[in-house]
Parts: sequence; structure tokens; C-alpha cells
Amino acid sequence: MSDLRVTPLNALHKELGAKMVPFAGYEMPVQYPLGVMKEHLHCRAEAGLFDVSHMGQVIIRAPGGYDAAATAFETLVPVNALGLGEGRQRYAMFTNDKGGIEDDLMIANRGDHMFVVVNAACKEADITRMTTGLPECEVTEITDRALLALQGPGAEAALEALVPGVASMTFMDVGVMASDWGELWISRSGYTGEDGYEISVPEDQSEALARALIALDAVEPIGLGARDSLRLEAGLCLYGHDIDSGTTPVEAALTWAIQKVRRNGGARAGGFPGADTILAQLDDGPTRRRVGLRPEGRAPMREGTELYAGAEGGDVIGHVTSGAFGPTLGGPMSMGYVTAGFADDGTTIYGDVRGKRLPATITALPFVPANFKR
Amino acid sequence: MKFTEEHEWLRVEDDVVVVGITEHAAEQLGDIVFVELPSVGTEVVKDDEVVVIESVKAASDILAPIDGEITEVNDVLTDEPSKVNDDAMGDGWMFKMKASDATQMDDYMDEAAYKKFVG
Repeated sequence: MSDLRVTPLNALHKELGAKMVPFAGYEMPVQYPLGVMKEHLHCRAEAGLFDVSHMGQVIIRAPGGYDAAATAFETLVPVNALGLGEGRQRYAMFTNDKGGIEDDLMIANRGDHMFVVVNAACKEADITRMTTGLPECEVTEITDRALLALQGPGAEAALEALVPGVASMTFMDVGVMASDWGELWISRSGYTGEDGYEISVPEDQSEALARALIALDAVEPIGLGARDSLRLEAGLCLYGHDIDSGTTPVEAALTWAIQKVRRNGGARAGGFPGADTILAQLDDGPTRRRVGLRPEGRAPMREGTELYAGAEGGDVIGHVTSGAFGPTLGGPMSMGYVTAGFADDGTTIYGDVRGKRLPATITALPFVPANFKR
Repeated sequence: MKFTEEHEWLRVEDDVVVVGITEHAAEQLGDIVFVELPSVGTEVVKDDEVVVIESVKAASDILAPIDGEITEVNDVLTDEPSKVNDDAMGDGWMFKMKASDATQMDDYMDEAAYKKFVG
């Protein structure tokens, strides 16, 4: 495992008794002694602290300021970046010429520049994409800051106790705050379906901030195992599983992230990779679609499970891309792709689990309602 | 009590053999969320897959440690699979079987040997 990279919190994870695993080129905590199930439930009930320092943090500057950077950035994403208000953040995705998704990311308007957070496994390719695709911009990877996520209904009170002022932020606000741990870049966002924050902190202060947070009664450290079940309950896509270079945003049911201004008839329609495919799918509907699935009984239908229309015979109509047991849901849950005719909520389909066809119901996402402070 | 290299335990009770997984195995698997048990009356041969355990991470098979007939299964696990984590060697037992050749158990480890095996 010597070729694995580590985050600034690596020693703390080990001190806390985390089980470490390789993930996206990093040695990361998959669970702490509490265990995945209890970590998950704790995050839904109080607050969980996640180390997401493996993700990429990037600043994009243009001589013309935010608007110039955002205008250039719109050549890479089907998202309204120019219309994003100052101090606000938005979900976006890089697309390819076939309309597939190369990565999903968060973009923020920080006044005179754009701040971007990308997935760990994709960050090198993303930075190359931005550097070559935005020649008029200066693209800088931030390598001296850690990234923490504090998630859960207790996150607001916990962080407010350490960094006064964060409670007044609403969902998808971003801000720069002075603190005892240096300048913090805070967004009110996350990827668990819970209220919470993502906090970019100077690397040399990150362990001290993490220790101050977990010293609070409400806060427990949470590993990748619970992060996965939390995001799946929230109906959120995991890149490389639920979305990838072969799935389009329309197939992935991420059309909410493509604002009207970038669609046919909009003031800045198209102009991003794969626009012809994506805009046609928006108008005509995709031939397959990402859906939620609730298997009957307790057996999870995991990634790769083949889906069928009937209990016997017939062709494969889709497959599962993420599947697990939902601790808050109290039962198994899956996401996957099915042929459009089978994608309506309430439709019963069948998953092949170890050679047996088990019924599952197409279910609206999220499985567990989001708890954002809008 | 006997132990297999697949981290199962076997305990002879009257004329049946009770089978479960060890605390070590339960800990390695993490939180167990689903246990698929065999049907009572099933005739099994050593190394047949008889139980599927789903943890939050993955599915694992439990193999029949000996030849015989399944005489009882621990139905409690259907609704409370976490009993395997809480009490792997007791209330978390999986199934009971009637051995057709009890000498098959002779090759398995005793508790001291198993403890050494898992280090």
C-alpha cells in the first residue's frame, strides 16, 4: 500500500481506531470502532465528521473576474455557471462528446473567481480538462488545504460553537470565515441528504479542527462505509457507479442540474460537450433512466444485479449500479438503470440475486427525505 | 466445540450439530443486515453453500461443514440478523443438522487451535 496517498488526517484516523482501505488512490477510513450501521444512524440523528480531503479543490481565475471564468467554464458543463450568485454553490458535471458524464462536481461563485470541488479519482483528468479547455483562465489546484464534511441535524450547533456565524448560512451558501484554525472556506452543503457543511481548512490546522469537532458530544467520526449508505439513502449518485462516461445527465435523472438557460430555447443553449445528444434527450426523453428500487424482503440487490420485467424469462431490462441496506430506511435499497417503459414509480420488476428472481418496486428518490436548511 | 478454517463453529447438542460463525468472522464481516437460511429438511454435502450472509459491505457464503440433513434453522435471524454480531457463538447460531458421518468433524480445530489460527 506504499503507493497510496494519505490525507493530513491519516494519523488521526489511525489513532481513532479506523479501519483503513485503499480508495481512489488514497488510504482512507472505511469505518471506525462504532461500525458502519451506528455511524450512519449517528449522522442522521446528530452529526458526523467526514474526511473528504482526497477530493480535489481547484480555483479558477480569469482576467475578467467571475463572469469571464464562468462563461469559459460553461463550455465544459451543461450548467448555468454565469447565473450563479456571489456566495452561492451549485452541482455540475463535466460531459464528453457523446453526452456521457466525465465527473460530477460542485462549483461556487466566490466573487472574483470560481471555486470547484471534484472527485478524487477524477481530479487529475479534471484538472487537465480545465487547464486545456479554459486557456483564458488560470487553473490552480489547491494542495495545502484539507476538506472536512460535517453532516447531520446537529452540524449547525456544533460548527456554530467553534465558528460563530455559520448558522446564518442557508443551503448552498459559501463563505470565507476567520477562525482559530486559520481562514476556513465553508459551504452549507454535503452529500448525505442531511443539513451540514463542507469546510476547507489549511492543512496544518486540519487535525486541530477535526479534534475540536469530535470533542463535541454531538460529533462522531464517520467512514466511507456509512458515507456510501447515507448518500444512497439520499438518492445521490456515486461517480464511477451510478454515473460514468457512458451515462448522460438525462439518463441519470440529473436534468434538474441543467438549467433552462442552457437548454433548447434558452439564452445560452448548448455549447458544452455532447450538447446535441443531451439536448435531444431532454426534448424526446432517454431510452433508459436511473431509478430507485426497493427490493422486497431484506436481501440487498447489489451493484451489477441484472433486472428483468418478469419473474421468469425475458431479456435484461437494466441493472443495479448501487445497492446496500439502508440503516435509516430499515431495509434494502438500490439504484440502477432500466429501459424507459419500466421506469415509472410503483412498477414491479425483478432482480436476479444468486440465480433467484426477487421482486423490487421502482421507488421515487430519495429513499430518505433530505433535511437541508433552505 | 470445533472450528473450521472458514470461521464456522460446530457444537454437538444431543444428536444434532449446531453451526454458526465465530466472533472473529462476525467482526470481520461488520454489521450483518441479512441472513438467508436453508430450508429444514435439506440434505447437504460438505462444502455446499447453505447460508448467505449479507453485511453492509458484501455477501458471503457459509458452507456446510459436514454431510447431513438440516433439522432446524434460527428463524430469529430473518428479522434480527444483528444477533450474529451481538452473540455469534450463542443466540446468533445459524442452523442445526443431523450428521450422516460425525467423524468428518474430527479434522476440525479445537478452540485453542482456532485461536492460534486467527492469531
